[in-house]
Amino acid sequence: MSPGALAAFCVLLPVVAAGLVLLFRNAPNVREGATLLMGGATFYHVWALLHYVRDHEESLRFSLVEVVPGVELAFDVEPLGLLFALVASFLWIVTTLYAVGYMRGHHEENQTRFFFFFAVSIAAALGVAFSANLFTLFAFYEVLTLCTFPLVTHHQTEEAKRAGRVYLGILLTTSIAFQLLAIIWTWQLAGTVEFRDGGILAGTATSGVLGAILILYVFGVGKAAVMPFHRWLPAAMVAPTPVSALLHAVAVVKAGVFTVLKVAVYVFGIDLLGTLSATTWLAWVAAATIILGSLVAFRKDNLKARLAYSTISQLSYIVLGALLANEWGIIGGGMHIAMHAFGKITLFFVAGAVMVAAHEKEISRMHGLGRTMPITFAAFFVGSLSIIGLPPAGGSWSKWFLGMGTLEAGQVGLLAVLMVSSLLSLYYLLEVPVKAFFFRPPEGSHHAEGIHEAPLPSLIAIVVTAVATVGLFLWPDLAYELMSMVVSPGVAE
Amino acid sequence: MSRHLPVLLVVVPLMAAPIAALVMRARAAWLVALAASWWAFGVSLALLRRVLAEGVISYELGGWAPPVGIEYRVDEANAFVILIVAAIGAIVVPFARQSVEAEVSEDRGALFYSAFILCLTGLLGIAVTGDVFNVFVFLEISSLSAYALIALGPDRRALTASYQYLILGSVGATFIVIGIGLMYVMTGTLNMADLAERLPAVSGTRTIPVAFTFLTVGITLKLALFPLHLWLPNAYAYAPSAVTAFIAATATKVAVYLLLRFFFTIFGAAFSFDTMQLDRILMPLALVAILSMSLVAVYQRNVKRLLAYSSVAQIGYMVLGISFASVLGVSAGILHLFNHALIKGALFMALGCVMYRVGSVRLDSMAGLGRAMPWTMAAFVVGGLSLIGVPLTVGFVSKWYLVQAALEQGNWPVAAVVLMGSLLAVVYVWKVVEVAYFGEVSPEAGIREAPLGLLVPTWTLVLANLYFGIDASLTAGVATRAAEVLIGGLP
Repeated sequence: MSPGALAAFCVLLPVVAAGLVLLFRNAPNVREGATLLMGGATFYHVWALLHYVRDHEESLRFSLVEVVPGVELAFDVEPLGLLFALVASFLWIVTTLYAVGYMRGHHEENQTRFFFFFAVSIAAALGVAFSANLFTLFAFYEVLTLCTFPLVTHHQTEEAKRAGRVYLGILLTTSIAFQLLAIIWTWQLAGTVEFRDGGILAGTATSGVLGAILILYVFGVGKAAVMPFHRWLPAAMVAPTPVSALLHAVAVVKAGVFTVLKVAVYVFGIDLLGTLSATTWLAWVAAATIILGSLVAFRKDNLKARLAYSTISQLSYIVLGALLANEWGIIGGGMHIAMHAFGKITLFFVAGAVMVAAHEKEISRMHGLGRTMPITFAAFFVGSLSIIGLPPAGGSWSKWFLGMGTLEAGQVGLLAVLMVSSLLSLYYLLEVPVKAFFFRPPEGSHHAEGIHEAPLPSLIAIVVTAVATVGLFLWPDLAYELMSMVVSPGVAE
Repeated sequence: MSRHLPVLLVVVPLMAAPIAALVMRARAAWLVALAASWWAFGVSLALLRRVLAEGVISYELGGWAPPVGIEYRVDEANAFVILIVAAIGAIVVPFARQSVEAEVSEDRGALFYSAFILCLTGLLGIAVTGDVFNVFVFLEISSLSAYALIALGPDRRALTASYQYLILGSVGATFIVIGIGLMYVMTGTLNMADLAERLPAVSGTRTIPVAFTFLTVGITLKLALFPLHLWLPNAYAYAPSAVTAFIAATATKVAVYLLLRFFFTIFGAAFSFDTMQLDRILMPLALVAILSMSLVAVYQRNVKRLLAYSSVAQIGYMVLGISFASVLGVSAGILHLFNHALIKGALFMALGCVMYRVGSVRLDSMAGLGRAMPWTMAAFVVGGLSLIGVPLTVGFVSKWYLVQAALEQGNWPVAAVVLMGSLLAVVYVWKVVEVAYFGEVSPEAGIREAPLGLLVPTWTLVLANLYFGIDASLTAGVATRAAEVLIGGLP
């Protein structure tokens, strides 16, 4: 089939998986096996698209239907989207494995509903990754918000209901009030909503108007958690940990920053972006989010809450990369999609494993737990390195390029922000494994004697992502290659 | 025969109405109604196809030429309206079989269907005719039958609701006929095309602006534009479910069509908007309607009333589009006319399913229905998402055009209000969703899923919501053509 149709097929596969989950709802092992199988198939086909993107010969666009005159529901494969799709589809497989251990170990109810909406959410994320224009992206973006709602409110408690309201409230408000307005305005000015190399907005309006549109986009993409529209992320921590891990470390949040990068590169164009004064202003908003997120993370004793604020901070790294409006910034930001995803998902996996195996949620109660769960906390250590940006973890590469981007933009202040944030994350992340290994257990805790790790499927998932984090340090080539293609399209590699 | 389609559209149902009353048994009357509504739907499709291919259809009743004879005139605008009215009729009648059985007593069943067919006839007649007095006649037919239908509701408050609608509706109709009378006195004709030609000559007189004003008030009352909407919430809330589904999706839409016909075709856009400055009245009222009515909807405890207030807000959207007086704006208004019919039709039918099984549409009675009646609530969720304006639903397409129309005129605040309306819709839709999916249903109530006879029509409209939201080329295309025809004056 044509490459564009192949992309559409990749979006369809997780939907088929969702159907299979429903079909096998009474046979849990078959049900989970079906998800894993379809996950493998999805990753395989997404990987196959790599060949077409490298070749850059045929057009990869595939139009499904023309919705209103001039606006199509269409897919297209380009390097940034492919990077996001590869990360999301690979981590779907790993997270399903993790979820098997977690959901069963934690005796969770409504598992069919869980795996069903999980699969649909991945389809929506892939739809965002492969969208050819702003309409398609917006459509799948909204679908992603809606089908993650049942996952966030899975436990159906009063707390879950309230968290669901915050989640939906912030995400829908930002997308309808700001993002949709920006999209229709773009349509009005540019006459198209297609993503194009070099952007579509150049020369269509004054820089004041374009700056206003940029502001609408950045705040309108609520999933990128730029302050003050970040509260949905900690609220969503009420969800079961596999949800937090995949969706709020990988799929949902990455769809947000992916959208910001995509708009920066293919709607505005890096050159136009650099000329707008709003770009600098917004870059400092991102910088503020980076610092404030880290500072709040410090004060959180609940591990998932700490990781949530860490994510808010890290997402603004990518937003900052986009707003630096130069090649290094884009490359660094895009690579951080992959690096942060693998690092953060490891950390969330650990949080869930600790909940299931040791029934602890607060960091202050995890002292000494490293002796009971050594592999788990070692993985946490590795994942932390990536977030902090230290070798031998992949995050060091994206930090490096982002740093170069700030220098090229002449913004030493922003470089300082990156450094300070690294220092802060060093403390608030490494505190966890260090105290787990070297401190004595707190009074009244019931840590088991001997080794008592998380359930095996979950443990395997944790090790895979931790190893991948190191792997991405040793072999960042693919991520680098894809992002280079984004900034210099049409140049032969 | 195909030459006579415009009149057969109305005559066949008109003849069917007394037959339905005479057969006396509800089930048989239902069959007559089914035949009449499906006939109307088929004719409406044929008419639309002909208009899109050949242009305006002009038909002389009895072979008497206008302006003395009555002319039926079908262009893109009213072909579209006829289609949606007939389509809703054709879907609601199958739904009505079981729903009306449960809500209206058996001995009144035949009268119910007779009145239903008359209402359908009246609405179709308003849309198809090219003579203003004929409009009034059909308006009265549809209004009187609507009052009767609403009064047949199971709740005793249906009587007062119907009475309230009767008083206000009669005031509205009287204002309209006064306006028509004044126009007749000054021009000597009742034919729409003829009026359009003769009015400019006399528009300088005192009488014509007065006629314009009477017509404005009368039509906006029928349209339920804020603040003349007071009849609507109770009428929708207490009428039988099938009646609410039908009227919510058709009556106000036909009134919007009347607005378009009078102010664009007959008076002309120049007179209406430049001389009489109609937009200065319509736009602020529409904006207030959108915001205030959506807000009021949030606080309702009866879900039918909630949706009724939502409808008043949505009418605000339609009038807002029209008040722009641009092709983009008017086509947004016409498009939302069609789309909203699909949305509210689906939502009220879903509530009809709830009413059938639960016997109440109060919010607290709907606790836990997400599990007990999954298909019904899923239909409600999709309809609700369409109301909010999520992409891939018809509601989104309407918003797309409306915001564009606002931005085209550089009107920021209006674009913001349109989007704010969507956000308020999120609140009141999600209220229902939360109760249905997070509440607990009591097992003794023994609530099962609604029967297929109710679910199939509901889901037909729900799927139409999705279909026309994904492929809006037909609806958007026709709406745009209709807008071009209307703004350009008479073709």
